[in-house]
Amino acid sequence: MIESLINIILFTMLAATSLAVVRLHNLFAITMLFGVYSLLSAVIFVELDAVDVAFTEAAVGAGISTMLILSTLVITGHHEKNPKHGPWLPLVVVILTGAVLAWGTLDMPLFGSLDNPIHQHVAPRYIQDSPEEIGIPNMVTSVLASYRGYDTMGEVVVVFAALIGVLALIGINEKKCAKRQYSSDERPPRPVLQVMSKLLIPYIMLFALYVQFHGDFGPGGGFQAGVIFAAAIILYTLTFSLDDAFDLISPRVLRPLAAIGVLIYGGTGIVTMLLGGTFLNYSVLAGDPKSGQHYGILAIEFGVGLTVATVMMLIFYAFVSRGEKGKVE
Amino acid sequence: MNIDFVGLYNYWVVIFLMMVGFYTVIAYDNLVKKVVGLNIFQTAVFMMYISASKVDGGSVPIYSESIELYSNPLPHVLILTAIVVGVAITALALALIIRIKEAYGTINEDDIIRMDLEEDARRDKL
Repeated sequence: MIESLINIILFTMLAATSLAVVRLHNLFAITMLFGVYSLLSAVIFVELDAVDVAFTEAAVGAGISTMLILSTLVITGHHEKNPKHGPWLPLVVVILTGAVLAWGTLDMPLFGSLDNPIHQHVAPRYIQDSPEEIGIPNMVTSVLASYRGYDTMGEVVVVFAALIGVLALIGINEKKCAKRQYSSDERPPRPVLQVMSKLLIPYIMLFALYVQFHGDFGPGGGFQAGVIFAAAIILYTLTFSLDDAFDLISPRVLRPLAAIGVLIYGGTGIVTMLLGGTFLNYSVLAGDPKSGQHYGILAIEFGVGLTVATVMMLIFYAFVSRGEKGKVE
Repeated sequence: MNIDFVGLYNYWVVIFLMMVGFYTVIAYDNLVKKVVGLNIFQTAVFMMYISASKVDGGSVPIYSESIELYSNPLPHVLILTAIVVGVAITALALALIIRIKEAYGTINEDDIIRMDLEEDARRDKL
């Protein structure tokens, strides 16, 4: 009973936040409120037992996408012109579509029931057999990295392709700005933030590595770890400067690393084929199938983490350098 | 007719979110706001999948000897990867918006369409 109540309250809050996002006209406020919306989504995912998803949504939705929209607003400006045409036609379309969909829900299987069709097909096999077959407790990682390894490889390639798109469209301007020298009686800007982030960054990176390698046993894995690792570099860029970040990790290093991540994933598949198995069947990697699964999952999760981290950093670099330094010459 | 409010409430909020996102995409002219609308639409789909995966009394799908009942891990996998792909696609859309801003000087859809039509008319005259 209390669980249903929490569920209903959280979903109502989410609906209210979405309305507030749409009704605002200052794009800066919209972006910040959208960050709140994402965090609220993450809370709902925890409440619905999807801890891995919540992890990803908190890091990606509330962290990276907010940053990306903000760095776009630097270039496009943050005031929205009022829409000139009346809101009535879209409103009628939306209400009609919504009403038809709501009518459709009356035949839907009820929330939370174990008899629902979704729980009958392959899910029981994943739940009952994966701890024995793959040998790791986190079923989400088993399904992600082993049973549905093809699917995940496709997703990693999509992320990589999106990076190529962003680099082709706006590129990264690597030209250095002239460094300002500070005289002895003048303090560099943001000293408190800089000291605090210097304290935080090593722990964020350590946490990213923990999430990466503990993903077999607890919530986490390559996707979440990659985004958290990128967040550390993004924090550094925000509190210091883009040129400092380029000195720390140059885009020239990151670009090949993004491709190498995809290569590690695909290469693991090729290795399993060379050893006589099928593509991405890790059981042949070691004498004992379970150890083989362990090695395989470790390798492809590393590939995923590498690609996601470098892609997120490069996309962030592209947006910020476009805003600060202008077009690539 | 007997409607189970608690059993269907999640789906209704999903539809509401989806329609809020849809409305933002078709009713507003600002391209950044349209992208935010698309993102809301997208989270509605995430909510639908994750709601469907929940089992009453079930636990987080991480194996432990003392637990009998788990929620369905498959939708979690699908949505986890979808979130990361979603942010990559959002980045691509925003990069396009930046190029549009640089080419047209505005990110207002109506202004862009008007400028395109004027350009077409000018070309037809030549």
